[in-house]
Amino acid sequence: MREITMRDALREAIDEEMARDETVFLMGEEVAEYHGAYKVSRGLLDKYGAKRVIDTPITENGFTGVGIGAAMSGLRPIVEWMTFNFAFQAIDQVINNAAKTRYMSGGQFKVPIVFRGPNGPAEWLGAQHSQSCGSFYAHVPGLKVVAPSTPYDAKGLLKTAIRDDNPVIFMEGELAYGNKGEVPEEEYTIDFGKADIKRQGKDVTIITYGNCIKHVLPALTELESRGIDAEFIDLRSLNPIDEQTIYDSIIKTNCCVVVDEAWPIASVGSYVAWLISKNCFDELDAQVELVASEEVPMPYNHTLELAVQPTVEKVIEAVEKVMYLN
Amino acid sequence: MAKTKTKLSDTYDTQFLTDLLEEMILIRRFEEKAGQCYGLRKIGGFCHLYIGQEAVCVGAYAALDKKKDYVYTTYRDHGHALSAGMDPGVLMAELFGKVTGCSKGKGGSMHLFDVDKNFYGGHGIVGAHIPLATGTALKIKYMEEDGVVLCFFGDGAIHNGAFHESVNLAKIWDLPVIFICENNQYGMGTDFRRVSSVEDFSKKAVGYGIPGQQIDGMDVLTVYEEMKKYVDLARNERTPSLLEIKTYRYVGHSMSDPATYRSKDELKEYKEQDPIVILKEKMISEKIITDEQYSEMDAKYKAIAKDAEKFAEESPEPGLETLHEDVFA
Repeated sequence: MREITMRDALREAIDEEMARDETVFLMGEEVAEYHGAYKVSRGLLDKYGAKRVIDTPITENGFTGVGIGAAMSGLRPIVEWMTFNFAFQAIDQVINNAAKTRYMSGGQFKVPIVFRGPNGPAEWLGAQHSQSCGSFYAHVPGLKVVAPSTPYDAKGLLKTAIRDDNPVIFMEGELAYGNKGEVPEEEYTIDFGKADIKRQGKDVTIITYGNCIKHVLPALTELESRGIDAEFIDLRSLNPIDEQTIYDSIIKTNCCVVVDEAWPIASVGSYVAWLISKNCFDELDAQVELVASEEVPMPYNHTLELAVQPTVEKVIEAVEKVMYLN
Repeated sequence: MAKTKTKLSDTYDTQFLTDLLEEMILIRRFEEKAGQCYGLRKIGGFCHLYIGQEAVCVGAYAALDKKKDYVYTTYRDHGHALSAGMDPGVLMAELFGKVTGCSKGKGGSMHLFDVDKNFYGGHGIVGAHIPLATGTALKIKYMEEDGVVLCFFGDGAIHNGAFHESVNLAKIWDLPVIFICENNQYGMGTDFRRVSSVEDFSKKAVGYGIPGQQIDGMDVLTVYEEMKKYVDLARNERTPSLLEIKTYRYVGHSMSDPATYRSKDELKEYKEQDPIVILKEKMISEKIITDEQYSEMDAKYKAIAKDAEKFAEESPEPGLETLHEDVFA
């Protein structure tokens, strides 16, 4: 199968959906003439014109709200946030307008909109440009939240997001745009609320999502070399969460490590760990371990910023703990 | 500020004038009833009445083509919803939190909506709906329609970033939206002069290169005439504009506010220019209606308000099974 980058997979999804439905359009900072800060939208302005690929001023609150109003009125906007860090300027629009308008109006409105862009720790950027934001959105009823870890998942999930009649938060790993992976030529979509078992195993369950996969994959190789057969679940969808796939795995392995690059208080990772503790209590041989970010703003210094985040070593250490290996 | 000085009957037909008058009376009587029901604890939470401001929404809506134009407004939305043509009983039921309300009892006083009537709410966060209205205007342009969007907000919202970001976007994209600052002079308890760099809000239009005008909001025909110009401009030339319609609320910010921050003389001064009284007296002096006819009208809308209360009262509560409905489409 052909291999393409994450950014190409995302662009293919947007391109195909724009070709399929004339009400789909892309708006955001630098998306048109500059081809996107991370070059996801390269070529789309030439193909679809300025009506459907719209450059905005640096006004996240304003253009995010404009997208929501357009969605309430029948269009299907894809709003690109240059990064999720800047989207805090727009979080009122997302929480108070996008997520609640349908409910507050007794079901009169649909809000079919996708908010997408880079999320999560980057490198050498300091506290304001480097953080994992998924927990803020996963907390809110009325929003669907997804985070692909591979080009294949990115394309399939983004196509589903654009076709969904609800607001979707679509988080891309800021350091993942150049990652390559297999993506078929033929069309496909991936349903929300379905986790992906990226490695079958019987000894321990490791759960993560998004670009945190980069800490888990090397850990799996290391564990395999030690004869530990780990099962790896990529959540893909943070709200709704595929609880059944998680529980089926725990029934098999009886122990679990959750890895999340967000801060641990009220995070998706801590929620998943609680779900497992509550619903698999009798299946567990050990407490669930959570490998999370340290509770500090991201430091600039590279050694310090790596120490803040989950690492391969921290994942392995957590596995050793839940398997009573040391 | 332009005043209508010529004879009404030379310019307007009787039905049009009567409709304006009746709509203002409807809003006044509905709001009085809502206030009364709030006092009786049949309505809870926040309840922001529109009494004194009726000429603004009535005059503005009269300038619209309700089939293709859209309206967004704030949480002080009962009058706007009635002007949009929503049923008083359905509105009162929403204030009562009943399942027969326009939002099935899940929106309340601040979140009235009617998608079929292009009435897009009813928004509770000051200034936050202004980008939404701009987005609806983007849809009109995108779909090559010829509707316009009226976006009402208060004097409290005009300093908010969402307003300024939206006006700029509307201008650079040529969107058919009219930003209307309905200046009732107090952002909650704060006199707008205490928190604004200018007293004439329409001056802010200059900074965005769009037309702006201050309009007397106590005279419904002035509002109507001036609004028509800007509706035409938006519809025919895709030119957004910023209007300040100066008005006054007779009551507190919400039902819990005794409004001690303003003088009795000021309130009296505005009550002397009451929008209903102004139009009624002109119509009576020109013999378009008689005193008796006015009394009949008033009685009719008092009865409608009472019927709305009865409908709301007799309507069922939403069932607990509806709790999780309408979170997602």
